[in-house]
Amino acid sequence: MAERHDTDVLFKALADPNRRKLLDLLHAHDGRTLNELCEHLDMTRQGVTQHLGVLEAANLVATVWRGREKLHFLNPVPLQEIYERWIAKFEKPRLKAISDLKKRLEKANG
Amino acid sequence: MARSTFIYVTYIRTTPEKLWSALTEDGEFQKQYWFGVHCESRWKGGSPWKMVSSDGHVLDAGEIIEAEPPRRLVIRWQHQSKPELKAEGESRCTIELEPFGTAIKLSITHTIEREPSKLIEAVSGGWPKIISNLKSLLETGSIVLRDPYPAA
Repeated sequence: MAERHDTDVLFKALADPNRRKLLDLLHAHDGRTLNELCEHLDMTRQGVTQHLGVLEAANLVATVWRGREKLHFLNPVPLQEIYERWIAKFEKPRLKAISDLKKRLEKANG
Repeated sequence: MARSTFIYVTYIRTTPEKLWSALTEDGEFQKQYWFGVHCESRWKGGSPWKMVSSDGHVLDAGEIIEAEPPRRLVIRWQHQSKPELKAEGESRCTIELEPFGTAIKLSITHTIEREPSKLIEAVSGGWPKIISNLKSLLETGSIVLRDPYPAA
């Protein structure tokens, strides 16, 4: 559970188009079963199961049992951490620039 | 009946007791990771619960359905400040803490018996930032985001 290990697992999980497709499917509609996900993918059931396992290990997918059904949910918390680590610090200056521009233009009009 | 749910999970390197008190302790500690917001409750089954903004407005209110420290907390949760969210009625937020190796697995499940739900949409945007700040605060002693929507 060392930090470097977590990050490696996360980026490896994201580095596959089929796994990103699974995340897109869950983003569009959360809480799906394996069968529902298989319908949208040109892959064997076993392949989908393996990809979901990798996503779950990276904490990008959380699962819940409802009766005999296992439901899959997109878990965005690790993505939030990526955002905070590399992007959040750039957001403030950018928003300030937009806000300053707005003020200047509105002042010029008035 | 259709329902809207989200589940957020994170692993925090701390103890169940510290995480439980970070989630349920009224006041200053909570405000640090929750963007100035804090919760008020006695955190016992049946006791009222409310979430209060930094300027004293009640944002959400409800009741503690289950409290099993330091493992499980279930809150009956209804939004109070925006009419269209309040009109959706009650939702349920379940917070679970589970030891996992050297860390604690924190799961937050929020459900309402309707689909689509504006309430679920609204809270689902906020939770990842709050959880991420909480993780950072417990693990490193400082938060990453001071403002949920950084502005000038």
